[in-house]
Amino acid sequence: MKPLINSLPDTVFTTKVDSLLNWGRASSQWYMLFGLACCAIELMQTGGPRADVDRFGCVPRATPRQSDLMIVAGTLTYKMGKRTKLLYDQMPDPKYVISMGSCSNCGGLFQLAYSVCKGVDKIVPVDVYVPGCPPRPEALTEGLLKIQQKMMRERWLVKKPAAEDSVEA
Amino acid sequence: MEAKELYEKTARRFPGKVSEFNGDVLEPYFYVDPSTVVEVCTYLRDAPEHRFEVLSDLTALDLPKQNWIQLVYHLYSYTHRHQAVLKVNLHRENPRVSTVENVWKAANWFEREVFDLFGVIFDGHSDLRRILLPEDWVGYPLRKDYVEQEEYDGISTERAPLVDKLLR
Repeated sequence: MKPLINSLPDTVFTTKVDSLLNWGRASSQWYMLFGLACCAIELMQTGGPRADVDRFGCVPRATPRQSDLMIVAGTLTYKMGKRTKLLYDQMPDPKYVISMGSCSNCGGLFQLAYSVCKGVDKIVPVDVYVPGCPPRPEALTEGLLKIQQKMMRERWLVKKPAAEDSVEA
Repeated sequence: MEAKELYEKTARRFPGKVSEFNGDVLEPYFYVDPSTVVEVCTYLRDAPEHRFEVLSDLTALDLPKQNWIQLVYHLYSYTHRHQAVLKVNLHRENPRVSTVENVWKAANWFEREVFDLFGVIFDGHSDLRRILLPEDWVGYPLRKDYVEQEEYDGISTERAPLVDKLLR
């Protein structure tokens, strides 16, 4: 039999469906605008023309319903913590969270204050922590690329074992 | 008007209720008895030689040693371009004072903030609710004896030990 490799015309590619889905997902991470403090300024810089995360397909969305990724940028208070949980629940699956800056990682400089939450991971699961106070646009871009790597490793069409599917009683 | 003169005029008008003038500081102040706060404030606002139209700030101090919560009123007059500071000492166990909301409208939010963070009750206030913290918050955080709760609304307030976090 003729081998399949190099047998197709140049305009046709062969790949796995999982890889195609992941490629599409990783190349269009729409992040929710969730600037809470000074990190939001760096978040804007990252979306601006110099760092330009648009070239990776990262586009800001103003609503959780259209977002794949939440970048928690800034000091999270307990009052905002409730809203963060609500917004996270409103995002469609699969969803990812980047904790940007010291404040959302662990409370940062303000962790001794009575009103500041000691890390966004106490409220929602976090995929990537970006250190810095605030992180430079390069650092946040690195975080977005880490999320891309994570997305490319995922296998959605493989049947999961029963234990993982079961919801806690 | 000089602060000393302002104090003497006010003291003559309200004998025994105004005391302890201190002029050696950047912003001279005197103490007002809690029972006459509204009267003194109304007088300072309306008297033509004072005309304190503006309540610039209303804040508080917690002084556990003296067992006081001390309210501080900063007044300013655009007419005469002068300012004054009044202080009011309240008992820490039951801090209550009449509202000056009817003297200066701006007092509404200032008093809500003081209530929120110090637990001072302003009698006669039209809308005495917490202004900054969530409504179900427990305690008054700017008091010296405030203890942080174990959790707020299911969110743990525990801080991760820094060294453990680095080792992980």
